[in-house]
Amino acid sequence: MAKVCAVPKKIIKDGKEVMVCDETRSRLLPVLQSIQDKEGYISDKNMQEVADMFGIHPVEVFSVITFYSFLSEKKKGKHIIRVSNCVSNVMAGSEKVINEFEKALKIKTGQTTKDGKFTLERTSCIGMCDEAPAVMVDDKLIGKVTPQKVKKIIQEQK
Amino acid sequence: MKVKDKKMENAPKRQGLVIFSEIEKGAGLESVLKIKREQVVAEISASNLKGRGGAGFPTGLKWKFAAQEKDEQKYVVCNADEGEPGTFKDRVLLSEYAPLFLEGMVIAAYAIGAAQGFVYLRGEYKSFVPALEDELKEMRKNSLLGENIGGKKGFNFDIEVRLGAGAYICGEETALIESLEGNRGEPRNRPPFPVNTGYNGHPTIVNNVETFAAVVHIAAKGAGWFKAIGTEKSAGTKLLSVSGDCGRPGVYEAAYGISIKEILKMADAKDVKAVQVGGASGICVPKSQFSRTIAYEDLSTGGSIIIFGQKRNLLDAVENFLEFFEEESCGQCTPCREGIPVLIEAVKMLKKGECGKEYLKDILSLCETMQLASKCGLGQSCPNTLISIINNFKREYTLSKDSKQEKAFNG
Repeated sequence: MAKVCAVPKKIIKDGKEVMVCDETRSRLLPVLQSIQDKEGYISDKNMQEVADMFGIHPVEVFSVITFYSFLSEKKKGKHIIRVSNCVSNVMAGSEKVINEFEKALKIKTGQTTKDGKFTLERTSCIGMCDEAPAVMVDDKLIGKVTPQKVKKIIQEQK
Repeated sequence: MKVKDKKMENAPKRQGLVIFSEIEKGAGLESVLKIKREQVVAEISASNLKGRGGAGFPTGLKWKFAAQEKDEQKYVVCNADEGEPGTFKDRVLLSEYAPLFLEGMVIAAYAIGAAQGFVYLRGEYKSFVPALEDELKEMRKNSLLGENIGGKKGFNFDIEVRLGAGAYICGEETALIESLEGNRGEPRNRPPFPVNTGYNGHPTIVNNVETFAAVVHIAAKGAGWFKAIGTEKSAGTKLLSVSGDCGRPGVYEAAYGISIKEILKMADAKDVKAVQVGGASGICVPKSQFSRTIAYEDLSTGGSIIIFGQKRNLLDAVENFLEFFEEESCGQCTPCREGIPVLIEAVKMLKKGECGKEYLKDILSLCETMQLASKCGLGQSCPNTLISIINNFKREYTLSKDSKQEKAFNG
């Protein structure tokens, strides 16, 4: 299998800067993450291109994508709203927050709005239990979310 | 509504005995660069520091194994993939104490002879990346990273931040390494251990964010100072992430040996039914055992403390935990993959009062099988909460006397 250098890397060896690409495969996740960020999902075409880039079979790329919940092979909304449903959050009323999001966006959890703007998901602990209920909007962590704040959170996303 | 990192700037200065105690930037590294690599490992070993992620492997020993390996490429990995439900102490360290744990990584690199480090940051904490990158730049500028660090000739080390992508299992060190290599995050068989065969086959140490933070203080203040804090078998302090039914949830630094009672007082929790120690993979402690302590020899934990008030239904909680494990199990080994759905079904039966005495025995026996036969920590520890609830909270459920299972069992 030919090794293709996806992202050349500069290292220092014997005091000199040299370019290496000895860890090609280990760059797979960062490459997939950047596609996910840009496109919102990883299309079949992108999977093939990434596979060619790394000299691996596209199925292998697919298997990696499906393992990680933040990588998606299906198109999702422009903004992904993830409501934490770990025990601390449930105790603090995360179900009410989810219901409010479902009502405001007119979708069920796991679905995307018709205009393609929002996807609503449940997620496990996001490390905000001290400020439960908490949600993650794209990369942003927002704590102490009440059903009353839901509309404002949606409006703030452009 | 507040975005987390903005609030951090106004957060009151934290206080604690080790991690949150005063220290000058670079003080730990400065003192280790004065001594030989072997002495650094010896100092960490002498401090009795154990891994803060929850498993509690002696840090000095881990470093010693990696330091002994004769390989030109070695790696230092910071496990910042905290995903245990109810844990958020690393969020505080990552956002408020980045220079501290990064310095700990540099110290580790010096001790084992590594040139490359990774911070494996959970995807949920992506918003911390810019600040971490800025800190790394700052360190390179101040000769705390890069070539000839701190003026020490030949000591070259750099750190790269890698993001996880929402997989709890990647907090397991071999799964984390698989993920770093660009694979599905499925745990490896051990041995070989990462200290011998880790990232891309090279010796690799994986330590928790909190462990690296403690290392800096030990390096600067000495193993003796550190060992004097805590209990005989558990040196130092533990960061506790306290949440649930209490007046003051948050991150607390406590010396090992602190009792549940004291924690509840600290967090202003009243009328408590049970305390979940160690998150979803931990155990549920009843009121009668609230004098038990946080320590490796008693309740060993990564720091997650979830408080359940009197009105909470513990079976709901354990169902939530098991559904979480069902979602996060990587699925490669049978006891974990096949066992978890059966446990969920059993909890549902218990809730409805449909589970009989004999079937419950079978379930406990399945729990034991999972603990013994699962490949990694996830499968081994996921039955813990259920077992502790079945044994300690008999009032939470009523056993059926004429369930179908019972009839089948009795013929």
